[in-house]
Amino acid sequence: MGEPVLKVENLKKYFPVRGLLRTVGWVKAVDGISFEIQKGETFGLVGESGCGKTTTGRTILRLIEPTSGKIIFMGKDVTKLKGEELKWFRRKAQIMFQDPYSSLDPRQTVFQIIMEPVRFHGIQVDDPEEFVIKLLESVGLNEMHLYRYPHEFSGGQRQRIALARLLALKPEFIVLDEPTSALDVSVQANILNTLKELQEKHGFTYLFISHDLGVVKYMSDRMGVMYLGKLVEVGPADKIFENPLHPYTQMLFSAIPIPDPDIAREMKKKRMKVTGEPPSPINPPKGCRFHPRCPYAKAGLCDKEEPPMVEVEKDHYVACWLYAKA
Amino acid sequence: MPEPILQVRNLTVHFYTYAGIVKAIEKVSFDVYKGETFALVGETGCGKSVTSRALTQLIESPGRIVEGQVLYYREDGSVVDLLKLSEEEIREIRGNEIAYIFQDPHSSLDPLYTVGYQIAEAMEVHGKIKNIKEGIQKAVQILKSVLIPDPERRVNNYPHELSGGMKQRVVIGIGVSNNPRILIADEPTTALDVTVQAQILELLEKMKKEYKATIILITHNLGVVAETADRVAVMYAGKIVEIGSVDQIFRNPLHPYTQGLLKAVPNPMTKIEKLEAIPGTVPNLITPPSGCRFHPRCPRTMEICKQKVPEMKEIEPGHFVACHLY
Repeated sequence: MGEPVLKVENLKKYFPVRGLLRTVGWVKAVDGISFEIQKGETFGLVGESGCGKTTTGRTILRLIEPTSGKIIFMGKDVTKLKGEELKWFRRKAQIMFQDPYSSLDPRQTVFQIIMEPVRFHGIQVDDPEEFVIKLLESVGLNEMHLYRYPHEFSGGQRQRIALARLLALKPEFIVLDEPTSALDVSVQANILNTLKELQEKHGFTYLFISHDLGVVKYMSDRMGVMYLGKLVEVGPADKIFENPLHPYTQMLFSAIPIPDPDIAREMKKKRMKVTGEPPSPINPPKGCRFHPRCPYAKAGLCDKEEPPMVEVEKDHYVACWLYAKA
Repeated sequence: MPEPILQVRNLTVHFYTYAGIVKAIEKVSFDVYKGETFALVGETGCGKSVTSRALTQLIESPGRIVEGQVLYYREDGSVVDLLKLSEEEIREIRGNEIAYIFQDPHSSLDPLYTVGYQIAEAMEVHGKIKNIKEGIQKAVQILKSVLIPDPERRVNNYPHELSGGMKQRVVIGIGVSNNPRILIADEPTTALDVTVQAQILELLEKMKKEYKATIILITHNLGVVAETADRVAVMYAGKIVEIGSVDQIFRNPLHPYTQGLLKAVPNPMTKIEKLEAIPGTVPNLITPPSGCRFHPRCPRTMEICKQKVPEMKEIEPGHFVACHLY
């Protein structure tokens, strides 16, 4: 295997909780996670709200400055980039946001929206109109849409405009932060298929962030499961779905409603009991963060010591005391 | 023969806006049987919420119920048309015999009152208790039945002291406080995380058994439908296109829209090579398409689809579809 496009090492992001005069605590949104993404692959990141998946995506792009840790992108440490090199990174690494209603400037036409980053990065374009039309066509829109404003489009079409805007910069790596959560299923399928086609054509590397396990399964080659700022399981998506190892992953999987009545009835019988809710990341539980909800928690171990990441089968890692030696 | 508890006939609701008349739902008809879970599914703007609200005249200006009947079979065997009742009369039924649970637990509760008071108030309004004090004692029992830990203390909590999942449990508690015969749950888990969603769905099932209630579940999530519903009505652009048992709808979907919808949802338990999307977008309901409202997006559209509105036909026992193919 070649050099990964992105390598994240022990990434941390703490947000201060401010009291009257001083910082009274820290929200440990991302607390020491490591993973790699190979060229041309989609790495899915799943977890429930507040687990830190969005913060991870944004910190990797340095839209938020990391507290500590390394982010190596195409051989360069992103946390140390400045000036021209940072500008290069800003072009090569892009993000697609969840809400297409707030990610497009309502006062710009589609043409202006797409050309703005192109001009900013000083990319030479012979015929801007022709250039934008080509981009629009590649995401399933056309020249008719060139001089329209965002409010004239539906949610799915807006996501396509956002997609055309980032394609204009010929990126290598794209963070897709819940790109279809605001959309209906019939539209979602369209966007997901477009993303896959573009990846095949241009060899993009994706970090796909979502809370929808069906979507993650459909999109990802490898995936990571996050719980309260930590990665609890990482591996090939097929293997994780076939054989989820971490009790949290198992609980998450047994909680998904399956759109098939026979499987749903089957699942109901052997379903793992889902209990509790994620605790606050301000004062996360000691030891394994999942232990208060875990049916297998061992007193004296899980509530004291943090479990290390261990490789259980090839490329399939899990951080749980059931699989590690104390 | 299943006993009907609700018979909806030709229910039509229009919204009179500056842009024109929005035909939110047109001639919607269906039966709900006693003791079942009946799901209304569809995408954003298909009219599923409007339908559920119109059942008890919960339509506010600029909306108006233009025509239709909602026949409600009362406990004593008499039948009333809920749409013919005066505001006073319907208020005695709404929240009492027919209760609602809405999507967003954060906005269904009043931030200024304790949860115990809010449950007690619901009972006092319908004369089920002598005073609020008695109600708060009863509220402890109700909180216990919706599985809120430590109910004696929680009864004095304000909504902001509870998590999203706990709030939704309180809302369900208010819903069942008067022992309703019909519980209308409008996207009760959409604002919640999957592990919490699983717990709330389980709770609804428990409530259905304990209170022998009939549930009308409004959702866009086909997984939730497969898991909880007995019968399903699929809505598209303000019309019901198909009604059947959950097995009929999932195993043998007849309407091209239902077929498309089922193929567009990524099932996390099966391997999917390519999702099939439905081309186009949901139509504008001010000027809905002529004939069958799905015809501009339908892969099997015929000449007649543009001209004639298809009638509901029974294809197999209990399985109805509105499509010219049949």
